[in-house]
Amino acid sequence: MLQVENLTVYYKTIRGYVQALEKATFTLADGEIMGLAGESGCGKTTLGHSLIYLRPPMNYIGGRVVLDGQELPIWDMEKMQEFRYRHISLIPQYAMNALNPTRKIGKMIAELLESRGVSYSEILPELKRRLDLVQLTQDVLKMYPIELSGGMKQRMVMVISTLLNPSLLIADEITSALDVSTQKAVCEMLVEFRDRGFVKSTIIITHDISILYQIADSIMVMYAGQLSEKAPTEVVFQDPRHPYTRMLIGSLPKVGVRYQEERLRGIPGSPPQLLNPPPGCRFRDRCPVAFGRCTEVPPFLEISPGHSVACWRAF
Amino acid sequence: MGRYLGRKLLIYALTFFLAVTIDWMIPRFMPGDPVSLMIARIGTRPEAAEVLRGYFIQAFGLDVPLWQQYLNFWKALFQGDLGVSIWLYPQPVIKIIQRAIPYDLFILLPAILLSWFAGNHVGALAARARWLDNTLLPVGYLLTATPYMWLAILLAWSLGNVAGVFPIAGAYSFSIRPHLSLRFILDLLHHWFLPFLSLFLVMFGGWAIGMRNMIIYEMESDYSRYLEALGTPQKLIRKYAFRNAMLPQITGLALQLGGIVAGAVATEVVFAYPGIGYIILNAVQNQDYFLLQGCFLFIIIGVLLANFLIDIVYVIVDPRTRLGMTGE
Repeated sequence: MLQVENLTVYYKTIRGYVQALEKATFTLADGEIMGLAGESGCGKTTLGHSLIYLRPPMNYIGGRVVLDGQELPIWDMEKMQEFRYRHISLIPQYAMNALNPTRKIGKMIAELLESRGVSYSEILPELKRRLDLVQLTQDVLKMYPIELSGGMKQRMVMVISTLLNPSLLIADEITSALDVSTQKAVCEMLVEFRDRGFVKSTIIITHDISILYQIADSIMVMYAGQLSEKAPTEVVFQDPRHPYTRMLIGSLPKVGVRYQEERLRGIPGSPPQLLNPPPGCRFRDRCPVAFGRCTEVPPFLEISPGHSVACWRAF
Repeated sequence: MGRYLGRKLLIYALTFFLAVTIDWMIPRFMPGDPVSLMIARIGTRPEAAEVLRGYFIQAFGLDVPLWQQYLNFWKALFQGDLGVSIWLYPQPVIKIIQRAIPYDLFILLPAILLSWFAGNHVGALAARARWLDNTLLPVGYLLTATPYMWLAILLAWSLGNVAGVFPIAGAYSFSIRPHLSLRFILDLLHHWFLPFLSLFLVMFGGWAIGMRNMIIYEMESDYSRYLEALGTPQKLIRKYAFRNAMLPQITGLALQLGGIVAGAVATEVVFAYPGIGYIILNAVQNQDYFLLQGCFLFIIIGVLLANFLIDIVYVIVDPRTRLGMTGE
């Protein structure tokens, strides 16, 4: 169970703070796979990374993160050390380059585990079972990363990251560099990992909503550093309440529609600068239903069980 | 592995052939004529000079057409004959080089190896200690940007002339004849120290800066960040970064070792140290075709040998190169 309250993280730059994550409040249940969606620069990676690895230029401004009843000292790089990997783990965006190129993979895993006080020989049988599960031969442990294909490296990193059965797994853009069939396989593995109890809950960061439709239990949408909406996947697709979510869903291609006749819709305009964002709802300028109240920041409120929205029109 | 080595050897053989050909051409296409220079130095009567000229031209094999000279050169080379020096006539070139090489090794081997070792470790240390980095960075850049000759002169002037602690010329005192005794060895080391130090300091700066930058680059690379996100202690991440940062440094070291027989021209000239560098300078000034050719030949062999060694060492230390061995 993950509870995040008012988490605020800024980037420190020469010209001032970039307000990349503003008062994020949400919960993630055990066994839940949550998709975190939004366009580039909306703060979804900032949110994901701040939970495990908050380092400069990221600056902790405020808020609390509680995992399994224990508060995470995310502002303290040193104290977070014992939580990383064991309780909270990451599959990075750059999984293709995440392995040391000059170490055999098995040796690297051994050194990584020993450095965290875990015996490699004890965990080896489980590691081999998991390699079988993701359809990698056990020989990869004797290989160098360069001998693996991109998809193999991706799966290898997934196995390494989840080896200690963390409570929370953050999967950052893990499908972005893969072809669609590999994307599907990788996504199914994440579900499999959850079903087998390798990880309790998962946050999948992506800008590809169609992927989330297939595997996520819930979807959280972010816009310009603010949470817009969080709801079970079905609800997000059937009954989105935030205008941004609606337009985002509306811009997806639909099966059976011929786009020669009907143009694919986009969202006009672009997100605001986060260096000095306008006060109030940050989607205001692009929103077709904005009104006077929108100059105040809308709270992120639960309007029905498991469905939270930050929009004055939705309350 | 066999095919890989075979292909490499072929490339090296070809390079050797071309390099030696250029080596043969360079002195011959210099303006001027060594024999005239030699006769002018002897300063004899015009009739005698003519006779001498005819004798020397024949003795050095310069009376046949260029292509014949070129073929003769290769023929002699395979018999281990590098010709006779013009400057130190009639000493054979090979003898002169043999006499000079120990001095080069004596100065350059410790300077290169120690500066490499110390530079790598200090550079790696600087990458993690801010105070050391703030000192090392300016000092390192200053050292590596210093011309060898200038630092040599500075050291010779300060420690030699002003302080009078070290001698500034020669490999040993002129008053002692080389022989095996403690007194001679101490004298040798005494003369060795300043040229060694001037080389060591400049090289040290380069290695340290290079290592520091490489470590910082490796520590920022994706695999380091992944390990950090998994809570790996800094110790292991640094170990990986150091290992990977070493790879370019190994190449650099091998290249420097390959050039070792070239000596350090500037340093040897400043300290009148009788290594190959000192000889090259004299060979150029005296238009000594054969001596110059011989020195360059050793440099070519040294550089090629070092490159070949790196090729082999790399196969062992960097798995990424092994992939290119099997096929293209």
